[in-house]
Amino acid sequence: MLSLRGIHTYYGAVHALKGVDLEVAEGEIVALIGANGAGKSTLLMTICGNPKPRRGSIELRGQNLIGVPTHNLVRQGLAHAPEGRRIFPRMTVLENLRMGAVASDPAHFDDDLERAFTLFPRLKERRDQRGGTLSGGEQQMLAIARALMSRPRLLLLDEPSLGLAPLVVRQIFEIIKEINQRDGVTVLLVEQNAFHALKLAHRGYVLVNGTITMSGKGADLLNDEQIRAAYLEGGH
Amino acid sequence: MEYFLQQTINGVTLGAVYALIAIGYTMVYGIIGMINFAHGEIYMIGAFIAVISFSVLGLAGVTWVPLALVIVLIVSMTITGLYGWTVERVAYRPLRGSVRLAPLISAIGMSIFLQNYVQIAQGAKIKPLQPMIRGGVRLMEGEGFSVNVSYLQLIIIAMTIALMAGFTWLIAATSLGRAQRATEQDRVMASLLGVNTDRTISLTFVLGAMLAAVAGVLVTLYYGVVDFYIGFLAGLKAFTAAVLGGIGSLPGAMLGGLLIGLIESYWSAYFSSEYKDVAAFSILVIVLIFRPTGLLGRPEVEKV
Ligand SMILES: Nc1ncnc2c1ncn2[C@@H]1O[C@H](COP(=O)(O)OP(=O)(O)O)[C@@H](O)[C@H]1O
Ligand SMILES: [Mg+2]
Repeated sequence: MLSLRGIHTYYGAVHALKGVDLEVAEGEIVALIGANGAGKSTLLMTICGNPKPRRGSIELRGQNLIGVPTHNLVRQGLAHAPEGRRIFPRMTVLENLRMGAVASDPAHFDDDLERAFTLFPRLKERRDQRGGTLSGGEQQMLAIARALMSRPRLLLLDEPSLGLAPLVVRQIFEIIKEINQRDGVTVLLVEQNAFHALKLAHRGYVLVNGTITMSGKGADLLNDEQIRAAYLEGGH
Repeated sequence: MEYFLQQTINGVTLGAVYALIAIGYTMVYGIIGMINFAHGEIYMIGAFIAVISFSVLGLAGVTWVPLALVIVLIVSMTITGLYGWTVERVAYRPLRGSVRLAPLISAIGMSIFLQNYVQIAQGAKIKPLQPMIRGGVRLMEGEGFSVNVSYLQLIIIAMTIALMAGFTWLIAATSLGRAQRATEQDRVMASLLGVNTDRTISLTFVLGAMLAAVAGVLVTLYYGVVDFYIGFLAGLKAFTAAVLGGIGSLPGAMLGGLLIGLIESYWSAYFSSEYKDVAAFSILVIVLIFRPTGLLGRPEVEKV
C-alpha cells in the first residue's frame, strides 16, 4: 500500500529524517512510536509532501508520491488527521466534515455523513456547533471523522490520544479498530502512547532521532525489553 | 432635518462604493494576512476601463443605457479581475513564505507601478464622461430645501446591496466560500483535505478586484471623471473602512464603508469639506483606541 525508501527530510539545516524505510501493507494497522521530537509528525507530513523529502522515494499503491501537490493526495486515497487535530475553529462541525469531502463525489456525501455520525454520535449532537468550541475529545473525533469523509484507502493518524482522558482514549482506539476491520481502511498510526498503539497494531516501527531503530509485530515489540524500558514503563 | 436626510442619502451612496472596495482589502487580509496596497489601483483600473468602454459603446452606437451599463460592468469586472489575478501571481505568490515585510513592499511597488502604467498608457489628464443617468425622485419638500435621491444613487445603493447579499451567500454557503474560509483558518489543513489553496487565494483576489471594478464603474458614473490618481485616496479610505469595521471581517467591511461614507458626507455638510478626508481617519484612530480589532473584528488571540 505505502512504501518509503531512504527518506531524508530537512527543516533548513535541521536533518529531521535520516534515511527512513517503512512499509504499510493493505489492510494493516501499523504503529509508529517514538519519543517527542523523534520525527514522527515529520514523517507523516513528508508523505503528504509538506515538507518535501530531499532524498528517497515514496510510493502509494505503486504510484510515486514525490512531487504530487499536497491537495491532490486525497484523490489518491490518502487522508491525514495531523498533529494537533487542526479543526477549522470558526466552522461548524458539519462544515468541517464538508471540508473533508471536498475531493469526493457529492453523490455519496449523505451516506458518508451518516457513517461518520454512526461512528461518532457525539458529533451529530454538535453538528451546528463551531469547531473551536468543542472539547479535546470531540475535536479528535471530528478530526478522524473529517479524514474519513474522503473515503480514504490509507489513513494517517498523528497522536489521536494526546491530551485525552483514558476513557476517551479507549473509545478512539476502538473506533480506529472498527474503521480498519469494517471499512477496510489501512492505518498508519503515530503514537506516544506506545502501549495502546502496539496492542492495536499489526506491526510497529520505532523511530529514534530520525532513524528507524526497530520494527516488528505489535505484540513482539510490546514484549521487547528495550521498548518496555524506553516507552512503556512510566511512559504512559 | 431635510438637509440631514439629504446628506444621509449622499453618505450612503459614497459608503456603498467604499464598502465594495473595502471587501477586497478585508478578504485578502483574511486569507493571506497582508494588506494589498495595490487594491486602490485595481479600483482605478476598473474606473478607467469603464470610461473607455462607455466611449467605445457610444461610438458603436449602443445608446440604450441599461444595456450599456450591463456590458460595461461585465467588461470592467472581467478585465479588472484579470488584473487582480495577475497582481497576485506576479507580486505576491513568489513571496509567499518569506518574511512578512516582503509582500508589503511588493504591494507598494505594485501600486506605484500600476499608477505609472495607467498614467503612461492613458495620459495624466482627467478623463470626463458624459452624464448618462439623469433625474431622480423628490422625496420631501421643505422650506427652501428639498430631499432628492437620484436614479443613479438608487442604482448604486441597490447594486451594492445585491452584490453584498450575493457575496455573503457565496462565502457562507458555497464550496468556494468554504474553501476560502478553510484556507483562511488553516492553509496546510485545507490543502491536506484537497483544497488547492493557491487557486483559492487567486480567486479571492479576482473576486475582490471584480467588486472594486463595480465600484469603479459606479464612481465613474457618479462623478463623471477619472484620473490615474483616484485609486490612492479611495483605496486609503476603503482600507480605513476595512480596519474600522475589523479587518478580515466581511460584515465589518460593509459597515466600515457605510460609516466612512456617512462621516465624510456629514463632515463636509456641517463643518468643512476641506478636512473631510481627515475626519474619517480621525474617527478610525478613536475607534481603534477603544476597539483595537475594529467594530466587528474578532480578537487576534482567537486566530489559529
Ligand atoms: N516546522 C519545523 N521547523 C523546524 N524544525 C522542525 C519543524 N517541525 C519539526 N521540527 C524539528 O524536527 C524534529 C522532529 O519533529 P517532529 O516530527 O515534530 O517530532 P515528533 O512528531 O516525533 O514529536 C524535531 O527536532 C523538531 O524540533
Ligand atoms: Mg509529533
